[in-house]
Amino acid sequence: MAPILELRALKAFYGQSEVVHGIDVAVEEGGMTVLLGANGAGKTTTLRAICGMVRSEGEILFAGQKLHRRATEDIAGLGVAHVPEGRGTFIGLTVEENLRLGGYTRRRRAQEGVQRMYGYFPILAQRRRQQAGALSGGEQQMLAIARALMMGPRLLVLDEPSFGLAPRIVDDIFAIVERIRRDERVSVLLVEQNASLALQLADHAYLIETGYVVASGTAKALADDPQIRRSYLGY
Amino acid sequence: MERPLGIAAPGVLAGDRYAGLTAGAWRWIAALVAIALAAALPFGLSKYHVFELTMVMIYAIAVLGLNILTGYNGQISLGHGGFFAAGAYTAAILMHRYGVPYWATLPPAGLICFVLGILFGLPALRFEGPYLALVTLAMALATPQLLKYFDTWTGGQQGINLVKPSPPADLPLDRDRWLYLFVLVILIVAMRIAANLLHGRTGRALVAIRDHPIAAAAMGINNARYKTLAFGTSTLFTGVAGALAAIVVGYVSPEGYSIFLSVSFLVGSAVGGIATIGGAVIGGLFIEYVPNLANDISEAAPWAVYGLAMLVFMYSMPRGVVGTLAPLISQRRRRLALRWAGIERKGSVES
Amino acid sequence: MHQLLQQIFSGLAAGAIYASVALALVMIYRATDLVNFAQGEMAMFSTYIAWTLVNAGLPFWAAFVITLIVSFAGGMVIERLLIRPVENAPVLAAVIVTIGLLLIFNSVAGWIYSYTVQDFPSPFPDRPVFGALMTTRDLGVIAVTLVMLALLFAFFRFTSTGLAMRAAAQNPVSARLCGIRVGRMLAIGWGLAAAIGATAGIMVAPVLFLDPNMMGGVLIYAFTGALLGGITSPVGAVVGGLIVGVTENLVGTYLIASQLKLTVAFALIILVLVFRPNGLFGTAIVKRV
Repeated sequence: MAPILELRALKAFYGQSEVVHGIDVAVEEGGMTVLLGANGAGKTTTLRAICGMVRSEGEILFAGQKLHRRATEDIAGLGVAHVPEGRGTFIGLTVEENLRLGGYTRRRRAQEGVQRMYGYFPILAQRRRQQAGALSGGEQQMLAIARALMMGPRLLVLDEPSFGLAPRIVDDIFAIVERIRRDERVSVLLVEQNASLALQLADHAYLIETGYVVASGTAKALADDPQIRRSYLGY
Repeated sequence: MERPLGIAAPGVLAGDRYAGLTAGAWRWIAALVAIALAAALPFGLSKYHVFELTMVMIYAIAVLGLNILTGYNGQISLGHGGFFAAGAYTAAILMHRYGVPYWATLPPAGLICFVLGILFGLPALRFEGPYLALVTLAMALATPQLLKYFDTWTGGQQGINLVKPSPPADLPLDRDRWLYLFVLVILIVAMRIAANLLHGRTGRALVAIRDHPIAAAAMGINNARYKTLAFGTSTLFTGVAGALAAIVVGYVSPEGYSIFLSVSFLVGSAVGGIATIGGAVIGGLFIEYVPNLANDISEAAPWAVYGLAMLVFMYSMPRGVVGTLAPLISQRRRRLALRWAGIERKGSVES
Repeated sequence: MHQLLQQIFSGLAAGAIYASVALALVMIYRATDLVNFAQGEMAMFSTYIAWTLVNAGLPFWAAFVITLIVSFAGGMVIERLLIRPVENAPVLAAVIVTIGLLLIFNSVAGWIYSYTVQDFPSPFPDRPVFGALMTTRDLGVIAVTLVMLALLFAFFRFTSTGLAMRAAAQNPVSARLCGIRVGRMLAIGWGLAAAIGATAGIMVAPVLFLDPNMMGGVLIYAFTGALLGGITSPVGAVVGGLIVGVTENLVGTYLIASQLKLTVAFALIILVLVFRPNGLFGTAIVKRV
């Protein structure tokens, strides 16, 4: 199957500093690919480069279209939904308003989309009129993911969804993400520090260190690799 | 893969010598040359031009006061015209009613404006951003009204006429040139004091308060005290400038201290560069010359030209002339120095 | 007593105008974190456009609608062309730009239309009402202001564009990730503010008479009212504007030293702000470390 997203020799910059030094990544259509690595490796920067939020060089191909140099809002309109680090929910707006914003580019089908999201995340239905800022961390993460899905994307980009959340909530969220991936037929690009969990769910994985890809392959292959097990899985 | 160079690369340390002198020594020489040129200037110009340049320097001192507040303290003031007026009227009343010699009016004018600034700065601590702008704006608008109201002291609508001071008897100078040199000395002193203040501990504290007030407080900086002092120092400078203006122009009246004066100071500050000292002189030049130039360009809509000039400056140099050019110049100097010291930089990585 | 009530009501009418301009100021502040000092002069310029149309023979309401449309478009153009270059620059640069625009609009209006004071028609007849406490014109002005506030409220609460604008103002990065064109939202915000300002100008002109300096005082009071109400709150803008109008009127009537009217009015308002430094309805600007 052709990859839905391809990064070729991608370099990304924070201001003047080059942080990602020419990486190649592919996300299979319908699959889940994870970028692993320690803090500061450049994973979040890579995701930001895909969405046009930081300066980059190299090629970014999404379903055959070049994303490089497009504005963030255009990229979103093409079908890439990004749940940023820290969730990026509109904390001053209600849960339902957050979801409606996710559906901004598909206004005619917004109401049906909102109902479907309440189906996946019943807790959001309960809190629909509350301010997003009053939700717990896990609920905000669900809201952020739901908002991204409202866009009807072909590619869902998740930046550290487990960050700051209790393990049980993380399990719940990932179970929903997996269900969504199958039912909605969305490809997922995931960045995670929680390597063991990510490798259980993903199909493919890339290990990034200080801006370089140092290992790649199927998730199972990386999980079985003794060096990676020692450094990132703790056993 | 090239490793980027670390912090202070060798070749630009303070003790290094260029053609036998340190960078610091070169700077002293440049400053002395500039001062000598400035002092010689009035002797080649007509009286009117000397007067104009004197006003430029006076506005520069006023703008310098505003820079201390806005640039280093992050507080926007729309009311410095009021403090300028306070200094001017203090000098005028002292000279007119009490016969105080002109040079002796500067300390009281400065002191009164310093106290006013502290009194203003204390409640102003509570206000941020647009709220502070409003409070200072109120002051600027109240000033002409108050000046007209207390007419026994201020001469009301008519203002006060002053006698222009004469140069000391033994100097072969005429009045205008003497005043120019007098103001020049005050300007140099003011710039020196500002530099010492702002490049030292106080300055760093002010910048810390401006950029990260919570962190600054956490580090033990008494925000309230520094902010209030900054206000007082700022108004002191502008008040002294006002006193000088009264002396040089020889006349004070409420009309001369309208809201537009405060706006002019702010514009001069922004055009020169709010967090700079040299920018104050650029600001002074802008305030003195651009309105006249605007009039020459278009008699029908001169303020449109003035407004356009403001826009052009802000689009091209949003940090002001000195604020934009100074970092470029020092970047250039660093690269030249490194090349001179024989170190080449490769790749696009800058430290 | 009758005089007091009369002054209060005419203060409310003046305050309604300040409230309208304050509403425009708050809109722009919420969208771009800027105080648009040129708001008053833009409104004045719009009023001259309306005046030109009326003089050309158009009925009042047609001229009004056309002026609103032109002002909306003009506001959008100003934001895209003149404000966008300094949106990411230091705040002071943007302040200077709006002050520069103030000077340009004022000067150009004086050049095109001269400084002669002109008459401007009012759509509301000027008849006394409530036993001469107010006139129908005063009521009309207050009604228009309240209608504008209601329309704005409905726009922001119930339409997708309004929601998108609120999102863009709160969190532009997340808004972009939702596919919202943040730049366009800012432009629409300025367009709406310009239209509101135009309405305010058209209401003021019959009373203050039309000349290029008509809105100078109005802007200052509107700015004060917006801050008094809380610079981030539209309801606050209206309440603040009304309070400022009434205060100004009462101070002007009852203060013996009438030359100090402005000073005293400001002193009172600032006194209030000392106790509520973010305005009556404003939310404190929460600073995250």
